[in-house]
Amino acid sequence: MIRLEKRPQASQTFSWAAPVLAVLATMVFGGLLFAALGKDPLASIETIFWQPLFGDFAFYYRPQLLIKGAPLVLIAIGLSLGFKAGIWNIGAEGQYIMGAIFGAATGLAFYPTESFLIFPLMILAGALGGWIWAMIPALLKVKFGTNEILVSLMLVYVAEQFLASMALGLLKNPEGFGFPGSRNLQQYGSAHNAELITGSGMHWGVVAALIAVIFAYMLLARHRLGFAIRVTGEAPRAAKFSGVNPTRLVLFCMGMSGLLAGLAGMFEVAGPSGQITIDFNVGYGFTAIIVAFLGRLHPIGILLAGGLMALTYIGGDIAQSQLGLPAAAIQVFQGMLLFFLLAFDLFTNYRLRLGRAEAA
Amino acid sequence: MDLSAINPVLFVAGFLIAATPLIFAALGELVVEKSGVLNLGVEGMMIMGAICGFATAVETGSPLLGFAAAALGGALLSLLFAFLTQITLANQVASGLALTLFGLGFSALLGQSYVGIKPPRLAEVNFGPLHDIPVIGPILFSHDIILYLGFALVVAVWAMLKFTRAGLILRAVGESHDAAHALGYKVVRIRTLAIMFGGACAGLGGAYISLIRVPQWTEGMTAGVGWIALALVVFASWKPWRLLLGAYLFGGITQLQLNLQGAGVAIPVEYLAMSPYIITILVLVVLSADKSSAPASLGRTFHASS
Repeated sequence: MIRLEKRPQASQTFSWAAPVLAVLATMVFGGLLFAALGKDPLASIETIFWQPLFGDFAFYYRPQLLIKGAPLVLIAIGLSLGFKAGIWNIGAEGQYIMGAIFGAATGLAFYPTESFLIFPLMILAGALGGWIWAMIPALLKVKFGTNEILVSLMLVYVAEQFLASMALGLLKNPEGFGFPGSRNLQQYGSAHNAELITGSGMHWGVVAALIAVIFAYMLLARHRLGFAIRVTGEAPRAAKFSGVNPTRLVLFCMGMSGLLAGLAGMFEVAGPSGQITIDFNVGYGFTAIIVAFLGRLHPIGILLAGGLMALTYIGGDIAQSQLGLPAAAIQVFQGMLLFFLLAFDLFTNYRLRLGRAEAA
Repeated sequence: MDLSAINPVLFVAGFLIAATPLIFAALGELVVEKSGVLNLGVEGMMIMGAICGFATAVETGSPLLGFAAAALGGALLSLLFAFLTQITLANQVASGLALTLFGLGFSALLGQSYVGIKPPRLAEVNFGPLHDIPVIGPILFSHDIILYLGFALVVAVWAMLKFTRAGLILRAVGESHDAAHALGYKVVRIRTLAIMFGGACAGLGGAYISLIRVPQWTEGMTAGVGWIALALVVFASWKPWRLLLGAYLFGGITQLQLNLQGAGVAIPVEYLAMSPYIITILVLVVLSADKSSAPASLGRTFHASS
């Protein structure tokens, strides 16, 4: 008989092995899924994981890795702070949208003035937009005890409607021949989040993501606030005795994750995407949840997981055009990854024992 | 703007239809939460039900078979959640989110060839002369069998929780899994059954959207109804009757904003479409002060050794 036994301490080895095992299991079961769809499983997996990095057109896809990875890492870093402390901000998608709207609106307000001050101002506005949107569930939680999961998620739908209203109304391009969508910020020098080195995919969002990783690492490893976050998640009662203020922690974690999600949205709208449109958001806010867990809520892990997830996005696009793999298949693939991760995580805290339980 | 364009009889009949998916999904989740499990995957199970029901109804031509398939699809997906949370002891919040993300993707994959098709219609129940009563007839006696099933299910769950031994055991497991385990009840088995019931109900609710309320298939068509259902369980303080009331309230709001859109009110469509979500938040704020009625073991992981 096989039974589970709780480990006295969480296994360090398995904490890092679980994501790797989850990726491998996802490749196997994803391959089966692709085979069921009538595609060659090995070719599909190779297209998704190999071609963007080392294929014939890798020079085109590698920059995409930074472009798609940066928002994922930026958002996931913010989410991980809250998740660690048991504060569940699920509405990063909404905060991402609001950051983009605030950022773009600030830039467009100055159109066509050229000044080096506009872009920094847009960054501030984007951060503010995401922060405000995250402060709604945070304040409701600390004031009224409202469930932050449900409120932050409801606000995603509100933000989506707000985005539609902006794209069709206030922010619509007056010279756009009546088409929905704002002016393209890529054609407005002062507001354009251009590549820092041409052809590298490196834009200010990537820089911000790297800074966020370092900042989060230092916060968690060296700062008192990082200690408060970790102890609250692991032992809430101990946190109380060590003088952690739960209200401030909720406001900080929610605010920080909103701020980073807002920044991600702002860098996206000013750079790779270029304009506010009805379907501006593509689900980075939700995929970032997978990234945060896959990266073990650890800044370095998140950096790696963000890269991997960006790879599945790009590889998925290639597989879509070359093999006719449906776009939804990649979404399933990403969902599977989280399933396997959660399942394999069992072995971090428990071990399998053969034989009967000893009499107590 | 022309408010007289809103026919009150059709409006009430319409909001009963709008409330039905919520009744199913929220009632299923209520039973799950009564057993001490928080399943945030309602949205994912609903959308799976929506596509399973839609596809089956289109292929077989029978909407009732579609609903059966939807319940099955929802229950099967919920088994994944049960495996993660009951067998591999994973965090319930994360597992529920995984279920929703996976369900949204998987349903989109299954539904590719069903976009733009009209499903077969489910006939109204024949109440004979009752149907011809003015006002009451069109409101109460002109619906399909599933709508009445939803109402009956509320009564059944209420009676089950209140009067039966099974209901008592379910509540015991939800209030204190350790005590229930000590008494010899199979906590994991009971919770798995509750999770499957929740999945089947969510599936039925999803199929009600794709087969009757809309009726057609589009990706992500449940548009947050599953999350509103979760909020509704809190709103109802885990009581079936209040859940029914809440579902009618939300159904009414949804229907009202759709009618106002149709009547051409001066408020932009987008802001009207926001209203159900904003009202959900407001209701949560008003009601979240009292958490005393929540099952005591809600969201906690159970393992016999610990």
